[in-house]
Amino acid sequence: MAAEPGRPRPVAVEARGWGWRHAGRRAWALRGVDLRVAPGERVLVLGPSGAGKSTLLTALAGVLDPAAAEEQEGELLLDGVAARAARGRAGLLLQDPQSQLVMARSGDDVAFGLENTAVPADRIWPRVDAALETVGFPYGRDRATAALSGGEAQRLALAGVVAMAPGLLLLDEPTANLDPEGADVVLAGVRRVLDASGPTLLVVEHRVAPWLPLVDRVVVLAPGGGVVADGPPSRVLTGSVGTALAADGVWVPGREPAPPPRTPPPPGAALLEAADVTHRHAKGAPPRPYGVSLTLHAGEAVSVTGRNGAGKTTLSLALGGLLRPTGGTVTATAALGPDRRPLWRWRAAALAARVGTVFQQPERQFLTGRARDEVALGPRRAGVPEQEALARADELLERLGLGRLARANPHTLSGGEQRRLSVATTLAAAPAVLVLDEPTFGQDARTWAELVALLRGLLDAGTAVCAVTHDRAFVDALAGRELRLP
Amino acid sequence: MTMPTPGDARSTAPLARFNPVAALGACLVLAAAALAARDAVTEALLLVPVAGGVLLARVGPRALARRGWPVLLGALSVFLSNALLAPGPGLAVADAAPLVLRVVVIALPGLLVATTVDPTDLADALVQRLHAPARFAYGTLAALRLMPLLAAEWRALGLARRARGVDAGRNPVAALRLFAGQAFALFVAAVRRAARLATAMDARGFDTAGPRTIARAQPFGRRDALLLGATLLLAVAATATSVALGTWEPVLG
Repeated sequence: MAAEPGRPRPVAVEARGWGWRHAGRRAWALRGVDLRVAPGERVLVLGPSGAGKSTLLTALAGVLDPAAAEEQEGELLLDGVAARAARGRAGLLLQDPQSQLVMARSGDDVAFGLENTAVPADRIWPRVDAALETVGFPYGRDRATAALSGGEAQRLALAGVVAMAPGLLLLDEPTANLDPEGADVVLAGVRRVLDASGPTLLVVEHRVAPWLPLVDRVVVLAPGGGVVADGPPSRVLTGSVGTALAADGVWVPGREPAPPPRTPPPPGAALLEAADVTHRHAKGAPPRPYGVSLTLHAGEAVSVTGRNGAGKTTLSLALGGLLRPTGGTVTATAALGPDRRPLWRWRAAALAARVGTVFQQPERQFLTGRARDEVALGPRRAGVPEQEALARADELLERLGLGRLARANPHTLSGGEQRRLSVATTLAAAPAVLVLDEPTFGQDARTWAELVALLRGLLDAGTAVCAVTHDRAFVDALAGRELRLP
Repeated sequence: MTMPTPGDARSTAPLARFNPVAALGACLVLAAAALAARDAVTEALLLVPVAGGVLLARVGPRALARRGWPVLLGALSVFLSNALLAPGPGLAVADAAPLVLRVVVIALPGLLVATTVDPTDLADALVQRLHAPARFAYGTLAALRLMPLLAAEWRALGLARRARGVDAGRNPVAALRLFAGQAFALFVAAVRRAARLATAMDARGFDTAGPRTIARAQPFGRRDALLLGATLLLAVAATATSVALGTWEPVLG
């Protein structure tokens, strides 16, 4: 193609004693970062959550506003030029595809960056087509961005970055919001980009294994510090550094959490009965799920699996009494509660005390400004005396390793902490049935292991647990029944 | 050009293929002619170009009823208030008719354009033809894209509240408090999302102060001039006919 942008020149990255302190924070996000990345090198950036990995990537992309810093020190250079002045040399892909797409049509979205950098109109479309081709986007330019799956949307966002021919590709947890299928789609897209143009690559991810074939160097950052380990993956991920990383929650291959095998005890009394649950989201839409019948027993774990769009989340909402299915019913047995009406008609307080739901995105569940109040909310609403509600909250926070964060605003917690807090808030009402939607999505290895241990404890104590999940290891760890939706 | 397939975001109505500025201009011409007169004959004759617009928007009677109900509702309320409240006995149908027709002539074309013309095309045309500021136009467009996401967010927030044991029951005060809390949570979520979107847009050079190009040309061609000219002609013809018949009543005078 005549207007092919050609191979962008890979960029050399250099950090010299770089540090950044966010406005209003006492601790440095990063400090004393010294790093040299040669043009064309592919680097995986690791570190515990809160190590400032995203801050580093945003700064390299030149979009970190100096006005948002309390203090900044050192230098960040792309090919010897300050990163903020070298805008356009770097392309940044973020975690959530839905917050990155700008336009209604796929082709227009890829063209957006080219328009902003004043590429002549007649050269834009060949470059758009080339970028869509490079990432392997399966649709035409007119495809509505609203009709894309998470993986496809992220692939399109990648095309939008690639179209600008960046010499440095910055990927900030590009698959953390995606199911394994979607993550594979994005990985394949990145691989095609690297094969096609060979830019310098910096990628931040918790899940290491899928990225190992793509990178040739691993850099480990420490919270508030600089680079603590640097070298080829085979060296950095083994030995003491690998052990420390695994302890910090990084999914180090070969050091994944391995809960001991579990033999499920015989299930107890039936608690919740779903009969022929069917749901159509709109008139004429295909029913998802279709005709699911399921009985949840005390102390029993059920994993609901199946491909995207099979109706797993809808089923979990129906089981949690949050959605009225268009067909079939979900009812409680006498062992769970006296109310014989279908679950969706129950009053919220009665529901939360018997059937608890943990959502995929924990931050939506928070209603107060402090972690302790958040956990105490359920008991308070159920009429538990103030002293006892707070005592129960403190006990739960302690048990889930959140004791020192009792006064923190739930929205300021890290992803893993938010997940644990959302579980704590649900458990505070002591429900006999717990429904979870993708509880391990985007979680680091430490949170994952803690969650498994916690759920096993609940199962042993007689709680029924029903989890919608794509996570095979999690299904195995719960060691219960699997319900696979077609 | 590829064939349109389900999931493609492009309207196939003929009206959508005009420059949106021409379509908006035609609406303005009709509105001006309708506002200038206050007699039933002029307004009735202006229904001819409006009917042409319905044909161009390619909406059947059922779709028209579905999209046009706000106009019908407006027309009905104008009819009732004028026919019932007019001085004198009985229904003053003759007094109300021109007002009802005027509501239809002014509102229906606007509604057709709003539901047929693609927002992206509209932003492109406003920037290219009327020199609207690009950063404002495309920023608004990006915000528009977030609307369905916010609707989903609102539902999720409601479910989360129920799951936490929070509902209002039959207490209206509690319902109001619950609504306010949920609205605030939505506001916070919207701001967070907008901040992330802004970062992604700036990372693709949206905040650079230099010149900007537009990939989709929105030319003002012969057909656009024809649309505008034909509308103008029909509007003038309607007024002239009414004048010739001696029925025309200017609104000022």
